[in-house]
Amino acid sequence: MIKDITLGQYYETDSVIHRLDPRTKLIATVVYVISLFIFDNIASFLVATAFLIAVIRLSRVPFKFIVKGMKGILFLLLFTVVMNLFLTTGDVLVKLGVFTITRQGLKAALLMLVRLTYLILGSSLMTLTTTPNNLTDGLEKLLKHLEIVKVPVHEISMMMSIALRFIPILLEETDKIMKAQMARGADFETGSIITRAKNMVPLLVPLFVSAFRRANDLAMAMEARCYKGGEGRTKMKPLVYKKNDWISKIILVVYLAAVIVAVRFGSISVAGFTL
Amino acid sequence: MSLILNHVNYVYSADTTYEIKALDDVCLEIGNGEFIGLIGHTGSGKSTLVQHMNGLLKATSGQILYNGEDIYDKDYSLKLLRQKVGLVFQYPEHQLFETDVISDVMFGPKNLKLSKIEVEKRACDALTMVGFPEEMWNRSLFELSGGQKRRVAIAGVLAMKPEMLILDEPTAGLDPKGREEILTLIRGLQKEQGITIVLVSHSMEDVANYVDRIVVMDHGRVMMNDVPREVFRHYEELEKMGLAAPQVTYIMQALRMKGLDVDIDATTIPEAREQILLALGRDWREE
Repeated sequence: MIKDITLGQYYETDSVIHRLDPRTKLIATVVYVISLFIFDNIASFLVATAFLIAVIRLSRVPFKFIVKGMKGILFLLLFTVVMNLFLTTGDVLVKLGVFTITRQGLKAALLMLVRLTYLILGSSLMTLTTTPNNLTDGLEKLLKHLEIVKVPVHEISMMMSIALRFIPILLEETDKIMKAQMARGADFETGSIITRAKNMVPLLVPLFVSAFRRANDLAMAMEARCYKGGEGRTKMKPLVYKKNDWISKIILVVYLAAVIVAVRFGSISVAGFTL
Repeated sequence: MSLILNHVNYVYSADTTYEIKALDDVCLEIGNGEFIGLIGHTGSGKSTLVQHMNGLLKATSGQILYNGEDIYDKDYSLKLLRQKVGLVFQYPEHQLFETDVISDVMFGPKNLKLSKIEVEKRACDALTMVGFPEEMWNRSLFELSGGQKRRVAIAGVLAMKPEMLILDEPTAGLDPKGREEILTLIRGLQKEQGITIVLVSHSMEDVANYVDRIVVMDHGRVMMNDVPREVFRHYEELEKMGLAAPQVTYIMQALRMKGLDVDIDATTIPEAREQILLALGRDWREE
């Protein structure tokens, strides 16, 4: 049950995308997200779709696996679409009692649906192809310059990598404690919301205790190895841009330009819609 | 009263690259009142197997019968099964959550919707059974030592009055004295209360002295299923699976090689002592 969450999970395989420098992938994700928020017509939609499909194919992560991660945000997705659909004012298309669907609403809802779906697919692709350690390494190096204005970049990225590292461990622990309590007759699945919340106590207390114990152990282990923050710290595998990273960056610039061009000139009008 | 597993298969993370066949065509029968040792290397599937025995995991294919009833039947109550087949997980002290000892032991019987008096009675009985001193029943769980916590956790499962008790590595992380205490306690439960015991371990020493039958698992399969002396006779195969026979077996083998006529089937220290004395006595007589 808990193991179905794929958001933020790494999918182990070897592909061009997996081998890219994490910094390239981070920049690519940011560019991709920007492109999603400037696109608003059919031509730019096609460009973004082509780009997404190409990257998914290159990453060799099974499509089924990526989509599994969407389950968790399905409700949010539906909620946003419905809200946009019914609450946008404009030219009325259909009227159902108190609900009215407007042309602008329909367009906004569709746009939102595509944007959010693509956003999740694209960003989960980054975490699926990059190990958490690599990801935080990349982030640390990208944000290095912020240290001039006294931002503790190393400490933040260390906290992030520890947090990410502990997600699967705590999930596994949750699963274990849940089973142990179920073996003692605990019930986590039936009852009203209040009884269910009460029934979570036997799960949450041991989980917190174990999280603190683990944190304590880790702090001790780090101190025993003389960890003292980022100053003067070197990497075993320093990040270096390779040929593929430069090629990727060129592709990104071309992609962003294509989206902008498509937004400017690619609109078509069908049945009163500007698509 | 028995538990029968028929051709049970279990696959973790089906349809992904992480797909692992954790159980491969497992057939097993556990009779009433037996004391069984389940042995296997880390990752051999023994923990997965015991979670099938009380229905926490559902087999990908295969059948499990408890007292002749199919536990995957639609009308079968898994909650009732979990009461009858008690499972003590590895490091069971990690599941304790209440403020004091007695309340935590009461958690199991409380879930069975028994009367308040019955719940308290069962908790007291269980704590007495594991030999936990009465003056500590109201102590906070944080004040207890590791071994004490483990006793409380075992009592928490015993309070459900199971007919069968499965213990997943109950001696892990304990010192030799704590180990001995826990194992003696478990044997007492089987001998005096008539509870069927399945003891999961990777230590042959632990099981050699106590169990009636040993089930050896490797790569999700049952490789051996026999009385201890028969299993230990195949110590070379055990070594191939990353396991080992008890040290006594090796000593007896070595003595035999050196020409002392001892019975190599001795698996416990008292047995070995008897055998060596016997062999030496015979030699002296011959001289």
